Amino acid sequence: METVIKVEHVGKEFDPGKKNALEVLSDVSFEVKENEFICIVGPSGCGKSTLLRILSGLESATEGQVLYRGEPLREPRREIGVVFQNYSLMPWLTVRENISLGLKFQRVNRQEIRKIVQEYLEMIGMESFAEAYPHELSGGMRQRVAIARSLASDPDVVLMDEPFGALDAYTRILLQKELLRIWNLRRKTILFVTHGVDESVTLADRILLMSRRNHNIVHTYDVDMERPRDRTDPRYGRLTQTLLEALEQEQVQEQRLR
Amino acid sequence: MKLKKFFEFAFSLIMPAAFLCLWSFIAWKMNKPAQLPAPGVIVDNFANAFDNFIGLGSIPRNVAYSLTRVAIGYSIGVALALPLGLIMGYYKSARLFLENLLSIFKPIPAIAWQPIVLGWFGVLSIARVFNLPYGETYAIWDNYKISMIFLIAFGTFYPVWGNVVFGVTSVQKTLIESARVLGASTWDIFFHVLLPGCTPHIVNGLRMGLTSSWVCLVSAEMLPGSMCGIGYLITHAYEVSRMDLVITGMICIGFIGALLDGIFRLISTRCFTWASHIQ
Ligand SMILES: Nc1ncnc2c1ncn2[C@@H]1O[C@H](COP(=O)(O)OP(=O)(O)O)[C@@H](O)[C@H]1O
Ligand SMILES: [Mg+2]
Repeated sequence: METVIKVEHVGKEFDPGKKNALEVLSDVSFEVKENEFICIVGPSGCGKSTLLRILSGLESATEGQVLYRGEPLREPRREIGVVFQNYSLMPWLTVRENISLGLKFQRVNRQEIRKIVQEYLEMIGMESFAEAYPHELSGGMRQRVAIARSLASDPDVVLMDEPFGALDAYTRILLQKELLRIWNLRRKTILFVTHGVDESVTLADRILLMSRRNHNIVHTYDVDMERPRDRTDPRYGRLTQTLLEALEQEQVQEQRLR
Repeated sequence: MKLKKFFEFAFSLIMPAAFLCLWSFIAWKMNKPAQLPAPGVIVDNFANAFDNFIGLGSIPRNVAYSLTRVAIGYSIGVALALPLGLIMGYYKSARLFLENLLSIFKPIPAIAWQPIVLGWFGVLSIARVFNLPYGETYAIWDNYKISMIFLIAFGTFYPVWGNVVFGVTSVQKTLIESARVLGASTWDIFFHVLLPGCTPHIVNGLRMGLTSSWVCLVSAEMLPGSMCGIGYLITHAYEVSRMDLVITGMICIGFIGALLDGIFRLISTRCFTWASHIQ
């Protein structure tokens, strides 16, 4: 399988050279293959969002580089879509207009836009909310729209930064299922950031565990379980347990360092 | 429900009614119409609004002149403030470059500009600037002095500019970023994110600018060379001791100002419900 994204020795320091300089990532390297579903798990503040922002081209790395299909990535590009955690829909646009936004920026003609948007409205089951405004929707619906919006411009890779983090447990599970269903329809390469161990075991082909201590990825887990995954499957429980223990270990070592 | 509405309406009228009673009572006690005319006299003035008062023409005619002056000065002020505000809100370098200069002039009230503006423009009018031929059109456009328009435009500029700058800087960063990752150009971000994102602030600025330009109008119309308008009516009526006309003029200013403000408020609540729902 072809490598879509290659992260090479990426380091990130905020405000370098200043008193409040903060190293967030150091020497991070990994590869993402075509159609892979990768979850990045780690405690809050370990640099997950920063890593994702670098992969999206919104932030630049202070060291190393990111290659998208062999080309160095310097700024956002159409082939790499992003779903933010929250509040990223334009509040003055309807659901339909929000989903068409990317296509509009790419100067796709109107008829084509209508067709594509309709398709995605149906895919997320929100045809009847097409003319609603974001503030009239529940959190789960908003994230559905945000996902549809990023998929509508047909990206190659979708980066998701805790997209379900602000939702209640029930809605989160519902949306995880839905995401997998959509992923089955449109095979994209997905990088999904979460601090939820359970979420990562449900979704990922591969889980990258990040550490706040090393500013790096400390473990990689392959998830060899067929989908849909069963929470009562012993392998599910074992992997969850392994991940939780690894996270706890991180916590302990971090405290010892202090 | 209807009854409740009615009581609320009646309740909101208590204070104005009490004010009128007090006014009538004091006017009657004082019995000096040259200092405080009774409300009836003012009502009479409005009833005969189309009369030619003290040689200045009717009330509607003066209101029309004032409104046109505000319209011209306001448009110029907005035309300068809006693009400048957008650019300064978006580009930090533009903000650094211009903010100090603009802030120095900000606290100077329009009235303080009066002498210097008179020194520069004198009684120069639009008619003279555009070199209109003598005649009726000239006579009309001669009423729009550059100095007045300057003051009104100045009064408009700051509230609009300030609100637009604030509006642009307060557009959520995630909105701009989510547009960028969807492939938006700088142009797209300007027109599809920043501009719509700060329209509520723009409308608010336009509204405050209008109030301010309406306030500046009166000081503009008190400049020498002014021959009509509500502001002039007030000063002139004072000079000929027609306190009733002074008050009539004041009520016109208050009323029209409130009306314009109300229209703007209606627009902003009708069109920008989303703005009150941003988290
Ligand atoms: N723009 C920034 N400037 C300075 N520090 C930042 C900035 N963005 C994030 N950080 C810091 O970097 C660290 C990692 O942040 P982040 O990537 O958001 O972590 P996570 O998403 O894993 O919770 C945090 O300590 C955060 O305070
Ligand atoms: Mg984060």
